[in-house]
Amino acid sequence: MAEAEAARRVANPIQVLGRSTLAAVRMVGSVGVFAVRGVAAALTPPWFLSQLWRQIVAIGFFSLPVVGLTAVFTGAALALNIFTGGGRFNAEQVMPQIVALGITRELGPVLAALMLAGRVSAAIAAEIGAMRATEQIDAMRTLSTDPFRYLVGPRLLAGVLMLPLLTAVADTIGVAGGWLVATRVLEFSPTIYIRNTLDFLQAWDVVSGLIKAAVFGFIVALMGCYHGYNASGGARGVGRATTHAVVSSAILIFASDYLLTTFFTHAAQ
Amino acid sequence: MTEAIPKLAWKGVTKRFDGRAVLDGLDLSVAPGKSLVIIGGSGQGKSVTIKTALGLMRPEAGKIELDGKNVVGLSEGARRKLFSRVGVLFQGAALFDSLTVWENVAFRLINADGVPRKEARERAIEALDQVRLAPAVADRFPSELSGGMQKRAGLARAVVARPEILFFDEPTTGLDPITAAAINQLISDQVRRLGSTAVSITHDLASAQTIGDEIAMLHDGRIIWRGPAAELRTTGNPYVRQFVEGRAEGPISHAV
Repeated sequence: MAEAEAARRVANPIQVLGRSTLAAVRMVGSVGVFAVRGVAAALTPPWFLSQLWRQIVAIGFFSLPVVGLTAVFTGAALALNIFTGGGRFNAEQVMPQIVALGITRELGPVLAALMLAGRVSAAIAAEIGAMRATEQIDAMRTLSTDPFRYLVGPRLLAGVLMLPLLTAVADTIGVAGGWLVATRVLEFSPTIYIRNTLDFLQAWDVVSGLIKAAVFGFIVALMGCYHGYNASGGARGVGRATTHAVVSSAILIFASDYLLTTFFTHAAQ
Repeated sequence: MTEAIPKLAWKGVTKRFDGRAVLDGLDLSVAPGKSLVIIGGSGQGKSVTIKTALGLMRPEAGKIELDGKNVVGLSEGARRKLFSRVGVLFQGAALFDSLTVWENVAFRLINADGVPRKEARERAIEALDQVRLAPAVADRFPSELSGGMQKRAGLARAVVARPEILFFDEPTTGLDPITAAAINQLISDQVRRLGSTAVSITHDLASAQTIGDEIAMLHDGRIIWRGPAAELRTTGNPYVRQFVEGRAEGPISHAV
């Protein structure tokens, strides 16, 4: 008996590891299948254009204030930090260029995506999760309407289309935030700041950020839809789905940001 | 003499959850144009019975036949076509929160049948009128309606496309007796008007007797009694008697 108990204890960590690995593999497969079905629904007719428009407004237009505010303060703080740090090796004057590069390539898309993960992914998961809990998704199927086409496809499309636009806005406002601090606090010349920024920035700096944003938009919408669609267990299940949507969106945004940056860096060489 | 093909039939259907058979070789059928009500205690598989027929759950074994053709394992596309012949009233009505009442009622017409919105709205208002909801309700959202009105709107949505088969999942749960009686009468009227085949599940005996031509009792995943609605209160079946009389003692073990 004692030997069996000891063996069970030794086996337990292995069992736990095995169970966790299987669950992770199952999850990846499940998300993959869901994503393929979602993309197929988004790209092939029939399209529910009224739903797409509704999502474009919800994801794009109503996210403008939070993305704009995040960008302006980040740009301003970045300008101050780079000015102070650059001062240590007499490089204060390159601050406009570094602010522009940091915002367009990295902070614009990542911060806009994180704001959307909190605002949009959570809302999508809660809405679709509540529909699951109250049998609305079952009802939709019995009304001869594919929930993937009606609910998932429009959200994925809206995420992919809207986050690059929001990022373009964040880039502009972020650089403007840096300009504001530079000209009002650090006594830079307004025209020289803008000229330095425009002369230095290359099209690819902006475009690479927008490509990242499209990928992040897909992730944010996909995680919201996936966790909401698979919610179970009533109100508690909807709460859990919302949390999982935000956390998984954030982690996948950072992971894919690194992978995309690595890819872009190698592609540029 | 050949036996008439039932409109809908479950043949040896088994459905398990965590190893427990909720449906255990269920055999049940309903003739065209008839209304069958399935009664039984909580957790006996009534909802699962309907969900397997609708393809919302897939049984592990057995066949479910619609007009003699097995519908288990149909593709999504084929299932969608099949749903055009079906209307469902869900337990909580399952109206879409983000749409107005008329858009809910006309959902199938607009999104699946391609009916223009103007015509769909007219048909939705007509269907609302048939369940005694005023046209003024059409532009409200489901959250602005009472439970009874939501059930009526759900019924209008179920019947608007004149389906061949109607499913009613606990249609009177959560309603006061007067509203429940009104809903029962509306269901009965609509089923007769359309000449549809109806399958309902409930544990409300008054509802069962108003809606049903026949009643079947589900217990431990099988049908243990079936008979005309009028015989529900006179049958000598001990399970049915215990259920009708609401006694704690009897052959049905209590899980509370």
